[in-house]
Amino acid sequence: MSAGRIRLAAGVLVIGVLATGCGGSPSTGSTPADGKVTLTLNLFGNMGFKELYAKYEAAHPNIKIVERTSAYNDHHRNLAAHLATGSGTADIEAIDTGFVAQFRNQPQHFADLRGHGADQLKDRWLPWKWEASLAKSGAQIGYGTDVGGLAMCYRRDLFEKAGLPTDRDEVAKLWPDWTSYFETGKRYTAKKPEGAAFFDGGPQVFNAMIGQAETGYYDTQDNVVVATNPAIRSAYDEVLKAVADGQSAELVGSSPAWNTGFAKSQFATIACPAWMLAKIQDQGKAFAGQWDVTAVPGGGGNWGGSYLTVPAQSKHLKEAVALIAWLTAPEQQIEVFTKHGILPSTVATYDKPEVTGLKHEFFNDAPIGQIFTTAARTLKPQYQGPRAGDIQTAIRDAINRVEEGKQDGAEAWTQMLGDVERISK
Amino acid sequence: MTSVRSGPRRRWAYQLDVKGSPYLYIAPFFLLFGVVGMFPLLYTAYVSLTDWNLLDPAREWVGPANYAGLLADDYFWNALFNTVSIWLLSTVPQLLAALFIAHMLNRRLRARTLFRMGVLLPNVTSIVAVTIIFAQLFGRDFGMVNWALDLVGLDPIDWQAGTLSSHVAISMIVIWRWTGYNALIYLAAMQTVPEDLYEAARLDGASQFTQFWKITVPMLRPTIIFTAVVSTIGGFQIIAEPLLFQAGTGNPTGGSDRQFQTVGLYLYEQGFSMYEFGYASAIAWTLCMIIVVMALVNFAITRRIRSS
Repeated sequence: MSAGRIRLAAGVLVIGVLATGCGGSPSTGSTPADGKVTLTLNLFGNMGFKELYAKYEAAHPNIKIVERTSAYNDHHRNLAAHLATGSGTADIEAIDTGFVAQFRNQPQHFADLRGHGADQLKDRWLPWKWEASLAKSGAQIGYGTDVGGLAMCYRRDLFEKAGLPTDRDEVAKLWPDWTSYFETGKRYTAKKPEGAAFFDGGPQVFNAMIGQAETGYYDTQDNVVVATNPAIRSAYDEVLKAVADGQSAELVGSSPAWNTGFAKSQFATIACPAWMLAKIQDQGKAFAGQWDVTAVPGGGGNWGGSYLTVPAQSKHLKEAVALIAWLTAPEQQIEVFTKHGILPSTVATYDKPEVTGLKHEFFNDAPIGQIFTTAARTLKPQYQGPRAGDIQTAIRDAINRVEEGKQDGAEAWTQMLGDVERISK
Repeated sequence: MTSVRSGPRRRWAYQLDVKGSPYLYIAPFFLLFGVVGMFPLLYTAYVSLTDWNLLDPAREWVGPANYAGLLADDYFWNALFNTVSIWLLSTVPQLLAALFIAHMLNRRLRARTLFRMGVLLPNVTSIVAVTIIFAQLFGRDFGMVNWALDLVGLDPIDWQAGTLSSHVAISMIVIWRWTGYNALIYLAAMQTVPEDLYEAARLDGASQFTQFWKITVPMLRPTIIFTAVVSTIGGFQIIAEPLLFQAGTGNPTGGSDRQFQTVGLYLYEQGFSMYEFGYASAIAWTLCMIIVVMALVNFAITRRIRSS
């Protein structure tokens, strides 16, 4: 290579670097020119915080809050990827019950709230809620927001047409346990109004049933027990029997078709954790007063509920921790409950008359305050293992395969166990 | 050029300008490609030889074990079958339709520009929006397609649940988006075909169809090869359509029985749902190789489109 060529190559390189080398700049945690700190929150679904931000900003003039929401699965996948790559998370990230164990196992990625006054706040929460986000090292990675608590929502008009009682106390008497719930389903199906099945979809009922079991998909040593836990197999068999009886609308939870199902009256009952109330109202606006809330078969149980965490990579760690402490404080949680029906995990709220006395107009004035606080107090917490969310999806797919008529229960079960093994290996 | 004032130094600068400048002009592309194309490619190759789970940051060198695992993986073969099936169902009708549309647009029409712009419209719409709308159209209970089937007395189809039915539905999305795009490419090529060829053919009494088949298609051969190869590359990488077709649940399994999980989607599942980055990288490289082979096969086949 001649001297000229080398010089040429060097020149080319310099220009090329100038052309491409404008480098990456961090997109989160910027401090704008006016000196305000912008705190970003990555959430999934409606967590009921929107009205609270203005209040907080008014009290803290140097803070600006930006909320971003995405779909449930996408949100958690993005969070895991951003944590592993060390950049890209928001200042505050929500984590659901189904995923909290997975993130609890990597406490190094999160601010340890113990160093930020968490120990003084500890008594705010139901003890099991506090422990669920506690790492083995003792680090606390998140503050609890809501809990699921379980109830059963049902359509009064459809029950009436099918010749069933409509009063919520009498409906509760129809199903002290799941067996009698499915018996009621048979009675309903025999005289059901055209196009309206008894429940929305097998996997959703299965989730509610498993939410009540003492042990779920994991034992407390993080071993997967899907194959050996009798509660899972019996719930699976019972649900599939009801599906075979034609009780299911065969809708996949959270899908657009499921959303349409509310508006088109495709089902008469749906297992409803507190957060489901917002969903039913959003999708089935036309049926105000027709929906009602009653006790869930089998009593107690939990499905869902979230945590707010601050990733260690947050540029405004202190401000972010202060904000999640404020958002999960009883006063704010009460507001979230009374406005959106999302049930707090902070114990003090359960004695407040505005919570216990809360009735919901949309749900025929059902005393949801009383129903859900009772559910939350009585529920036996279930240990959640690292990949619980993914295992739940694998079981959902198995039940769907049977609903779609592609496999029988035994085939779907075998294939599901293979999937679970892949997930947990 | 006067040689009086040009010393060796000036000649050197001139030489550099003539020989060097072109390299300088194309350099930004290659540098950019090196940074955003080549580096990820090589890094992926490296990762594919390791066992690296995102949840467990320890990385372990395992050599070709991921590739061996892939060859024994039922779900990978299933995904490959789905990919080929969807690719065939979408590419063949798409290119044939594009040829036909281009042929029609090449005639004298009123508002020709309007129509020519019109065929490109589906391509500029958001793929997410399009897929969600198509997923609704192919809905089981209240979808318009089933409604239309009902009108003509046919039974409704659970489009998402079936293997063939879901492949057809996803192919419709691809066809809808890309037919116009390919038609415009064909149209541009058709306009370079000399008019006197057609004139001569007409004098010989050749029909419209014969003219199309014996003149247009052979003259378009290089263009057809180009579109076939590009469609193959795109078709094998398909991921957004099957991901979003699964009822908005953000789940990468491609249906309850993986009936429409493509290789791209399987890669996404392994990488971003299972967090198995080593395995996902092995899938990425395997997919890359498959695409190269398919493009070559395609090239060989389309070269044979010839009539004389």
